[in-house]
Amino acid sequence: MANETATADPSSTTTETLEKLVVRFAGDSGDGMQLAGNRFTDASALFGNDLATLPNFPAEIRAPAGTLPGVSSFQVQIADFDILTAGDQPDCLVAMNPAALMTNLEDLRQGGTLIVNSDAFDERNLAKAGYESDPLDDDSLKGYRVIKVPMDDLTKRAVKDTGVKGRNVLRSKNFFALGLMAWLFHRPTEPTIDWIEKKFGKQEEVAAANIAAFRAGYNFGVTTEATKNTFEVKPAALKPGTYTNVNGNTALAWGLIAASQKSGLPLFYGTYPITPASDILHELSHHKNFGVRTFQAEDEIAAIGAAIGAAFAGNLAVTGSSGPGIALKSEAISLAFMLELPLIVINVQRGGPSTGLPTKPEQSDLLFSLYGRHGESPLPVLAIATPSEAFLMAIEAARIAVKYMTPVILLSDNSVANASEPWLLPDLDSIPEIDVEYAKHPNGPDGTFLPYMRNVDTFARPWAIPGTAGLEHRVGGLEKDALSGDVSYDASNHQLMTDTRAWKVANIANDIPQLEIDGEEDAEILVLGWGSTFGSIRAAARRSRLEGHKVATLHLRYLNPLPNNLGDLLRSYDKILIPELNTGQLLKVIRAEFLIDVTGLNKVAAEPFKVSEITEKILEMVQ
Amino acid sequence: MTTRSYTRADFQTDQEVRWCPGCGDYTILASVQQFVAALGRPREEFVFISGIGCASRFPYYMNTFGMHSIHGRAPAIATGVATTRPDLSVWVITGDGDALSIGGNHLIHVLRRNVNLKILLFNNQIYGLTKGQYSPTSEIGKKTKSSPFGSIDYPFNPVSLALGAEATFVARTLDMDRSHTQAILKAAYEHEGAAFIEIYQNCNVFNDKAFIQVTGKEERIHNRIDLQHGKPIVFDGGSKAIVMRDGQATIVESSLVDPNAILVHDETRPDPAIAFALSRLSHGPYGPTPLGIFRNVERPSYDSELNAQVAEAKEQLGEGDLEKLIRSHGTWTVEAESPNGG
Ligand SMILES: Cc1ncc(C[n+]2csc(CCOP(=O)(O)OP(=O)(O)O)c2C)c(N)n1
Ligand code: SF4
Ligand SMILES: [Mg+2]
Repeated sequence: MANETATADPSSTTTETLEKLVVRFAGDSGDGMQLAGNRFTDASALFGNDLATLPNFPAEIRAPAGTLPGVSSFQVQIADFDILTAGDQPDCLVAMNPAALMTNLEDLRQGGTLIVNSDAFDERNLAKAGYESDPLDDDSLKGYRVIKVPMDDLTKRAVKDTGVKGRNVLRSKNFFALGLMAWLFHRPTEPTIDWIEKKFGKQEEVAAANIAAFRAGYNFGVTTEATKNTFEVKPAALKPGTYTNVNGNTALAWGLIAASQKSGLPLFYGTYPITPASDILHELSHHKNFGVRTFQAEDEIAAIGAAIGAAFAGNLAVTGSSGPGIALKSEAISLAFMLELPLIVINVQRGGPSTGLPTKPEQSDLLFSLYGRHGESPLPVLAIATPSEAFLMAIEAARIAVKYMTPVILLSDNSVANASEPWLLPDLDSIPEIDVEYAKHPNGPDGTFLPYMRNVDTFARPWAIPGTAGLEHRVGGLEKDALSGDVSYDASNHQLMTDTRAWKVANIANDIPQLEIDGEEDAEILVLGWGSTFGSIRAAARRSRLEGHKVATLHLRYLNPLPNNLGDLLRSYDKILIPELNTGQLLKVIRAEFLIDVTGLNKVAAEPFKVSEITEKILEMVQ
Repeated sequence: MTTRSYTRADFQTDQEVRWCPGCGDYTILASVQQFVAALGRPREEFVFISGIGCASRFPYYMNTFGMHSIHGRAPAIATGVATTRPDLSVWVITGDGDALSIGGNHLIHVLRRNVNLKILLFNNQIYGLTKGQYSPTSEIGKKTKSSPFGSIDYPFNPVSLALGAEATFVARTLDMDRSHTQAILKAAYEHEGAAFIEIYQNCNVFNDKAFIQVTGKEERIHNRIDLQHGKPIVFDGGSKAIVMRDGQATIVESSLVDPNAILVHDETRPDPAIAFALSRLSHGPYGPTPLGIFRNVERPSYDSELNAQVAEAKEQLGEGDLEKLIRSHGTWTVEAESPNGG
């Protein structure tokens, strides 16, 4: 066996230093590629690289093994500078079987490194992937640096004394691949070994097998000189401070907990499981010691219903879902709007319509968020641009909800939710408190309580929670008198209430940050975006500047109301490009609001924008 | 607990009650107001949440906290109140369409979870508010605006449904009999967990006399089977009795059976089979029909379990520490002048 007989001197390999590196782990969905990718990422994060990730998994939990639909992959870009995306093209691809090779090879950079598990390239797997001949034997891979490793066999040998048996033996294969990658890219090994010990501590045999496979992978690299060149990426010169690596769903959950602490309101999260929002529930359900109450309802209508009840009762109430579930909540969102109760509605968007592409990113619920309700019911709509930003955006959504007594829609999407990035931990004390005051005393004549008598500045109505003596009152979906809240069918009152509710939300524009242009003020072109396209847009602007162009970018976190200075900013550019992962939704809004022409770059291709796609469009427009 | 002395008037609002004259909803409102006034519990601790329908206008007329919500969703909304505020007494007001048609899903799930809610289902066997279509409790063959040839929808028996949904408290009463209603309300109020009460409610406009068999002066003598805990189940002046035969509750002539064979009502029986059998004595108020408490058993309520988990988590892990939480995935520190490539 190679690793038993090899005697090569490891020092004879050379190390090349890279500024950035994109690697992709691809395999069958049962091969543990997400785990391998995440471990590689965490080790790089702890090492000090900047990074961005792009997980990509099939909608089926277990599509038939070895088939093309069953392929799951995880891409990460690591760099010694601040990067913005997970990269367009991998420099290194790990393919655990022919199907993974078939579906991922076209993305690999020419001359890139390809690590394949040669044991998986048998006739059956080749046929399942649609290969007529074995690509490892013909010259179809000659444009790449191919490292063939019999991973099944080597893993079996590595774990043979650990006590794992049967199907569990090959489960450690992903750690073998990870070990080899750690060697090839000079990743520290301790974080992974520590993690395995912590994670599988109770199942000693599994822990031992995973560690053995990981070490064997690493040593395979050392002893066989699997390749002459290894690579390293030095730590990034990130802003000083303490960092953690976080994905969007986790940061969002933590932000909700922070909002609960900053407001002094207990957190209630009502939801029904749906990809890609479920991890918010999973995360929150662990943190009951923060006073968090999670409620897994029977459906999304019940989930928001319970949240509305919790809001009425005085909680920081949140409901979360993805497109299909948000559709079910629509009637209840209008109720919350009518009741004027604070509520956060999280929509982690995915490919639609209907069940669509449940595990893929898309930004196609913008118009639905802005307009997808019956009656006149404008709502504040916020959108998260990067994974770590979800923390502060959750707090901001809570601030607006309770200050203005309104539901707030908070948009995330699959690539924010599951992607991770280093997060410079904020100074929690410097995050402002969220002032909340429940109504305590009657506010009307003769000790009466007028539940719709508004604050003169915010137009918010008082939050009078059950249990407060003297404030007993009824609210409901029927139109209400502008002061008493009693049912009113009066025509002019309905006009007044409709206008007031709209005005209240529009007025929030005076309470949000003004937009600031990134890049040259006198740029030839402005690229406008919202949500998870942030990184690709900024990176494309950088690249275009390297080509000698002046490019400005703007990113919207507030989609309703729009920031006050947006119109003026837009009017100061001749050319405006709006890249969106939909068929042109912000584009419609901008045209309708400002009567100006803008160009769209639109795609709904189950993946984020490649930086090159936006760069090309920018260059085409400025040429 | 503070108690105050109230009269029914303290629970009335200044809103004009808009039900049709003669509607059974008036009587139920009076019973509920009288009942809560008598409890002496501070008014602000009551929350009434309803869906949509004639019945669901109810909260506007109760001088407590209240919400007239959307069609079918009151149990879900009330769940959010009850689970976060164990200090409150939370009531759901719903109709047969509201609870059993559009809101059927929420109803069965609050019952199985045993959320601490008192659910009053005003069953008039018709859609009142939308002016007279058949409902999920209307009888087969019923001619309504939307079923001119007679309804072909097989109806629910709400009590059977609630028992099947793992309810811990299930009862039936009727609008006209205020003292019966109030006795049931009291037992429901004292029950920890979800209490489901079907209230036969006459809609004199679209379904008049639907309950005549159990409310009519003559008829009720023969048809009201009053369930009383610990007592043999007899009715019709004692001339008829219930026995269990082949797993079914069966009506027999009392004089023809051994008195020891007569079923003694035990609402606390852990197994719901006999309560269910009793509910099958009639599929609706068309002949001898049991009224009273079918089932009243103890099971921890959802809210007490949830709040216990929160308390336990705090005890075991200490009050949540946000600084620690955001560092829980491991951290690294970049020093002030970290040279690129350090
Ligand atoms: C989503 C929705 N669908 C339909 C309606 C119309 N609607 C209002 S009440 C009702 C039926 C009410 O019947 P029930 O619950 O038996 O109450 P009742 O009026 O008989 O007391 C319907 C269909 C509505 N308000 N909302
Ligand atoms: S329609 Fe029937 S249920 Fe509705 S208020 Fe009139 S009588 Fe009562
Ligand atoms: Mg009805």
